[in-house]
Amino acid sequence: MGKDVLVFGEIRNGELKKVVKELVAAAAIITGETGGAIDAVLVGAGAEKEAPGISGFGLRKIAVVDDDAVTDYSSEGYAAVLASLVGEEGYGYVLMGATSMGRDLGPRAAAKVDGVMFSDCVEVRIDGGALVARRPVYSGKLFVELTPEGDGPVFISIRPNNIAPAGESGGSSEIAARPSGVDRAAIRAIVSEIVPLAGGRPDVTEADVIVSGGRAMKEEANFRMLEKLADLFGGAVGASRAAVDAGYAEQPIQVGQTGKVVNPKLYIACGISGAIQHLAGMRTSKVIVAINKDASAPIFEKAHYGIVGDLFEIVPILTEEIEKMLQ
Amino acid sequence: MKIIVLLKRVPDTEAKILINQEGDGIREDGVKFIINTYDEYGIEEGLRLKEKLGGDSKVTVVCAGPEESTEVIRTALAMGADDAVHICDPALTKPNPFTIAEVLAKAISEEGFDIIFCGKQGIDDDMAQTQSILAEKLDIPQVNNATVFELADDLSKVLLNRRIEGGDEKVETSLPVIISCEKGLNDPRYASLPGIMKAKKKEIRGKNLADLGFNEVPSSGKSRILKWLPMPKGGECKMVEAEETVDTVKELARLLREEAKVV
Repeated sequence: MGKDVLVFGEIRNGELKKVVKELVAAAAIITGETGGAIDAVLVGAGAEKEAPGISGFGLRKIAVVDDDAVTDYSSEGYAAVLASLVGEEGYGYVLMGATSMGRDLGPRAAAKVDGVMFSDCVEVRIDGGALVARRPVYSGKLFVELTPEGDGPVFISIRPNNIAPAGESGGSSEIAARPSGVDRAAIRAIVSEIVPLAGGRPDVTEADVIVSGGRAMKEEANFRMLEKLADLFGGAVGASRAAVDAGYAEQPIQVGQTGKVVNPKLYIACGISGAIQHLAGMRTSKVIVAINKDASAPIFEKAHYGIVGDLFEIVPILTEEIEKMLQ
Repeated sequence: MKIIVLLKRVPDTEAKILINQEGDGIREDGVKFIINTYDEYGIEEGLRLKEKLGGDSKVTVVCAGPEESTEVIRTALAMGADDAVHICDPALTKPNPFTIAEVLAKAISEEGFDIIFCGKQGIDDDMAQTQSILAEKLDIPQVNNATVFELADDLSKVLLNRRIEGGDEKVETSLPVIISCEKGLNDPRYASLPGIMKAKKKEIRGKNLADLGFNEVPSSGKSRILKWLPMPKGGECKMVEAEETVDTVKELARLLREEAKVV
């Protein structure tokens, strides 16, 4: 098995994702032990423009792949690009973000090259010469540590916001264009358009700050109050399943075992009692604040800061206080 | 149209998940098992498609899992699926997604298929891999996390929305295809009493590895779990209190800025 690492430089809307620098840092953890090199590949519209932005971050070379067949994302086209790079360069590891693209692409690419795939990892290390990856199971109710067997390349998707991003290390990387080798006519599932969610708010899986509401929000209109607080941080608004089921919030912002699993720096839970499914989805948040009338609500067992009281009284004051601080 | 729906038996989302005494898996005693939540959307979408097309359209459930999976298969049949294939083999007790995908690929190829529906991930392993590996092995396109499904009138293509960060991708694909379903795609129906009665007479074809032509467990994508780790303990919660609410909130804001350094 090769010891070099390939980082998949995900591009969305023409821009390199924040997680890519975190992947470079994860790659350095591996190559620090194996002595291998780190390369990156950027695929699609914006690849050429974005490549210089990660040059000098400890990457040996950056492949830029942007032709007709891969301008827009498709699992078939992008998996073929990764497979051909792994085949030619003999990478032992391929890292990607555990994003909707990474999770769609990774397993298909791994299957193409007879590799193995570890999804949604929160930590990687080399132990006794072997890769060990830690990942949550049962939506974070437990964790497992996995190691590959066999000698196929190891594909790893890494959950954003878990590893400190790589910084500039001086020098520059060799940037070279590369044809995709993909026939556009052979791609069967084609993306025609991206429709943004109504409201255009930040996604809960990407936001640094999430203000979430539960059943105690009472009605949909009351979520505006949470938006106001979230806006101070450029953050996202989340909801518990109870709030979604009651029709107060849309399903795409649901946090929990059957919603999104989130990992922000700050999670403010307003009127959320903390059912086990909800806790599973947000418990890795760095700082958790709980505001709830019921002092015995399970959310307080997971929170770092708690206020027992009426959210309708507390949230507007908190918004005002934080607004003053940020001025 | 031949519609395949994949099914997995998983612990209920409300279950408290604990590591077993051997430290090599979870404690199953006292845990209620259910149809993987996301698979229910797959069953519903398969049934709706069959009802829309009529004729000789058929929904076949395919499940790889322990003997006890029969219960969730019966539930799917009671919801309205026509028949089922249950792949059950002692050698498949702790399979990885590559092994399962290879076994499923063989079983599904034998059944024949136009559309395969499944959940976007199992709510136990949370890997979301099997469907994409299966797509590669069957050499068909995949559309993951579908929130809208529509079959063109001439049955030549499928139009879908697939959930991504901050929005939906509109995707058009040819058939055959595998579609993994996201919450919001539909509202799964409940099994009716007549449905439950009928389900008892429906066929579940049991298959082991040998029946599917495997001499041994497919070994691609092999990995090993070294360790199961408990969920880390939550932090001690600092309860913020004061006489007046406004002072309580001011203190919280101060703590968030000066102690937690998140403001």
